[in-house]
Amino acid sequence: MTAIQESDIVRLPRGVRLREDKQRGGWVLLAPERVFQLDGIAQTVVSEVDGERSVGTIIDRLCDTYQAPRERIAEDVTSMFAGLVEKRVLEVM
Amino acid sequence: MASPEVPQPPMGMLAELTHRCPLQCPYCSNPVALERRRQELDTATWQRVFADAAELGVLQVHLSGGEPALRPDLPELVQACADAGLYSNLITAGVNINRARLETLADAGLDHVQLSVQGATPEVTDHIANMAGAHARKRAFAAEVTDIGLPLTLNAVIHRANLHQIDDFVELALELGARRLEIAHAQYYGWALVNRAALMPSREQVMAAVERVEAARERLQGRLVIDAVVPDYHARFPKPCMNGWGRQSLNVTPSGKVLPCHAAETIPHLEFWNVADHGLREIWYDSPAFNAYRGTDWMPETCQSCERKEIDWGGCRCQALMLTGDAAQMDPVCEKSPYHDEVQTLAVLDAAGDADFTYRRFARTTQGA
Ligand code: SF4
Ligand code: SF4
Repeated sequence: MTAIQESDIVRLPRGVRLREDKQRGGWVLLAPERVFQLDGIAQTVVSEVDGERSVGTIIDRLCDTYQAPRERIAEDVTSMFAGLVEKRVLEVM
Repeated sequence: MASPEVPQPPMGMLAELTHRCPLQCPYCSNPVALERRRQELDTATWQRVFADAAELGVLQVHLSGGEPALRPDLPELVQACADAGLYSNLITAGVNINRARLETLADAGLDHVQLSVQGATPEVTDHIANMAGAHARKRAFAAEVTDIGLPLTLNAVIHRANLHQIDDFVELALELGARRLEIAHAQYYGWALVNRAALMPSREQVMAAVERVEAARERLQGRLVIDAVVPDYHARFPKPCMNGWGRQSLNVTPSGKVLPCHAAETIPHLEFWNVADHGLREIWYDSPAFNAYRGTDWMPETCQSCERKEIDWGGCRCQALMLTGDAAQMDPVCEKSPYHDEVQTLAVLDAAGDADFTYRRFARTTQGA
């Protein structure tokens, strides 16, 4: 599994789009031949990805949103990003 | 029996913009009776269909054919998808789109390109597509796609004449900068059915190919996504064809007929509605063809009491019809089917055959397209 560092900057590659799914409710990540339905947390995390913020910054910002220990958030975010990188719907710049 | 549920809205739509194509692949999934140019929907109708599709809940549109780039209005159609918020995927043979046209498509909002490769080398591609120089043109096209920055998927349909090239397809995908490689074993309906005796691999060949794909997938994790559609005749259980009839996707033919799957017209008694006469929403929820095999109520008893009924949805209706004469049978690939042994025998017989290709083309008896 790809290890994600807090200094990494991530972005959605071209061909991957985050959008609201009004008909079914919720948000989806649209990728070649795939649709990933995101739960509320995943959507919040992916929405933070703008191709400029580092993973560390994203974690800090999420700490403000969710009152949870930074360690735990860091773990969740990096493992989620690693999974998305593996599926090639997120890339490390 | 469970009470009928309200169907979910569709997620994906295959838009067959035209059945015309410069290639002649012997496994083409288009029907043997190809629709003609003069029957094709006009630009405004397709634009309306895309808007309606988005309204209905479709998220992704696959612009397909034939060769969709033979439609001069392709950029406008891509634009219509983008305007409606639809993710657009161009499924092309890549022999007739030059750089300028590709840039126009990208500017119109095209999200992704899926390029078909018939072989991994010029000899194999040109032979299978029955077009000299096809492979070289495809390579050049792939280079333009990645140069412009559009994501690229290679799609290889696998059968006896190119099954030995799995590793070469993987190499080709890496070399051309594809993000994904689809390896799909030929599905035996449409032209592939006509050519089954020339295409069907043996069980050993299939198993060897599956192993090679698995090995490559493991080796290239994170570099190349490899999706494989495994062959059917040699399996114990059927594939969840279309993830269930009328559950997730719909298919619009060049003339505007709306089908639950692109082979559905092989089932003769089904009534398909056309976008010229009905709204897409009405077709999805109310048309007889979509309701015919939706859910599980139509299933034979063996499926009704099977724990896989909402996993594979009884398999492929078209294949059931083709091999058993009854579209409401369970897919005969299933080992619980009374026809299972016959299917296995058939596969072995065809694999032992040595037939030539019948190339896909318009019938010559009627006026040209
Ligand atoms: S399978 Fe071959 S002949 Fe059929 S539409 Fe695709 S490229 Fe054309
Ligand atoms: S019996 Fe029907 S539901 Fe069960 S595996 Fe076979 S085809 Fe699928």
